[in-house]
Amino acid sequence: MSIKRLTPEEALSADKFNVDEGHPHIIVDKTICARCTDRACLVICPARLYRLKDGQISFEYAGCLECGTCRVMCSEGGVTSWNYPRATFGITYRTS
Amino acid sequence: MADDKFDAIVVGAGPAGSACAYVLAREGKNVLLLERGDSPGSKNVSGGRLYTYALEMVEPGMYQRAPLQRRIVREQIMLLGERAATTIDYFDPKFGENIPQSYSVVRAKLDDWFAHEAEAKGATLACGVLVDGLVEENGRIVGIRSGDEEMRCDVVVAADGINSFLAQKAGLFSDIEGHAVGTGVKETIELPDSVISARFAVKDDEGVARVAIGCTDGISGGAFLYTNRGSISLGIVFNPVQAAKHGRHIQEIFQEFKMHPAIVALIDGGTTIEYGAHMVPEIGYRGIPERLHREGMVVIGDAARFGINTGLIIRGMDLAIVSGLAAARAILKARQSNEVGPLYINQLEELMLLAEERAYKNFHGIFEIPHLFREVPKLANEAMEFLFTVDGKVPTPMVHGLVDIVRHNLSLGQMVADGWKVYRSI
Repeated sequence: MSIKRLTPEEALSADKFNVDEGHPHIIVDKTICARCTDRACLVICPARLYRLKDGQISFEYAGCLECGTCRVMCSEGGVTSWNYPRATFGITYRTS
Repeated sequence: MADDKFDAIVVGAGPAGSACAYVLAREGKNVLLLERGDSPGSKNVSGGRLYTYALEMVEPGMYQRAPLQRRIVREQIMLLGERAATTIDYFDPKFGENIPQSYSVVRAKLDDWFAHEAEAKGATLACGVLVDGLVEENGRIVGIRSGDEEMRCDVVVAADGINSFLAQKAGLFSDIEGHAVGTGVKETIELPDSVISARFAVKDDEGVARVAIGCTDGISGGAFLYTNRGSISLGIVFNPVQAAKHGRHIQEIFQEFKMHPAIVALIDGGTTIEYGAHMVPEIGYRGIPERLHREGMVVIGDAARFGINTGLIIRGMDLAIVSGLAAARAILKARQSNEVGPLYINQLEELMLLAEERAYKNFHGIFEIPHLFREVPKLANEAMEFLFTVDGKVPTPMVHGLVDIVRHNLSLGQMVADGWKVYRSI
């Protein structure tokens, strides 16, 4: 592979994840998100895990880079819970 | 003292935590160093430069053992226009001759080494342990909780990074706010060492640190590039508040920067082997919480929001190490547990960390200058184009030409306002 523009999915495919199936470490309440007009999460999540689907915020925790920006920038409180993944789960950085 | 009680439990085996654990263990304390990742560094991302003096403060000569990447001998500032780029390159082979000034680093290697140095001095290192909470008794913190397990100690050292959940649980301060952080994204791009050395005009053990503006689509922020051994770290730090208002996804803006002709030329033929993101404390002294301790606990490193960013100098890991040293010295000096906190603050002063933070306390004002991130780099490149163009026509008088370029990009009022902000900030 040579240098090219990467989609978030392509960039994340270079990373090593151990997804904790069934145990999301971030909980998003879409009913709260429905009344949010800022929706910072859509542009500031580096992994682009927040998407707009049929006008609703959808969130996928697999692929989280564990930075915390979505929690810090959430203005309406739709991110109701943000924890680090349980030990041994989540991303393992090898070269950063 | 009961067998199962530690003198100190350090939460987080990053540079701050490991520096603290190293010094405590070296001086004979019974230390537990906990890390949530499978190995130290596996949850960490940094731009990638460590200023060496901090390791020297922990122990003279220590940097020589560290798995550092390339000794930084070239400091570069890049101003990006849409296609064009102007780069200032500072090179002095004698800069930092005796003890080198700084090295590029890879955290998975650096943090793993540092934690094991602490272990070699006698600290107990346990990885894959996520600390969920604190144990409190009579208004005093006496240990930590991880799952069903409780571990007890005289002092908890919170080195749990920018998200600083432990300090929040202890009621010391609240969650960090968007205006006080930068969100960094970074790709590690693999390239042969010989290619890196040739492209950046350095020897194989020497490296380059580059900062760039004009690559954030007008958002407050800037890019960085560090040469490692066998890879290049390339990334951008964004002000997330401005990025949110801007509306374009930050990963997309980063990709645009990566594909800028002047950047592609440096990384061409390489392979992206990792994509990471991390928040950094961005506003320096004004962002440091008032309370960094209570009885039974001190907060160090990114968790305490120590950071200095002048635009040219970006510091975090070195301050983390110094703060870890300060906490260790405080714990060693204290005769009673309630003395640790105040002694820690004294040590932060004695080791000059707070004085340095204060010296730069207004600097983040520079990053509020809106024109710095688009108009200024654009006009710099236009000025270069004007100065270097030879086309057989009678040239515009130089001063007129340059003034026109500046006026075309910035009004007089904007220049005065920007100049005033720079003056106030520095």
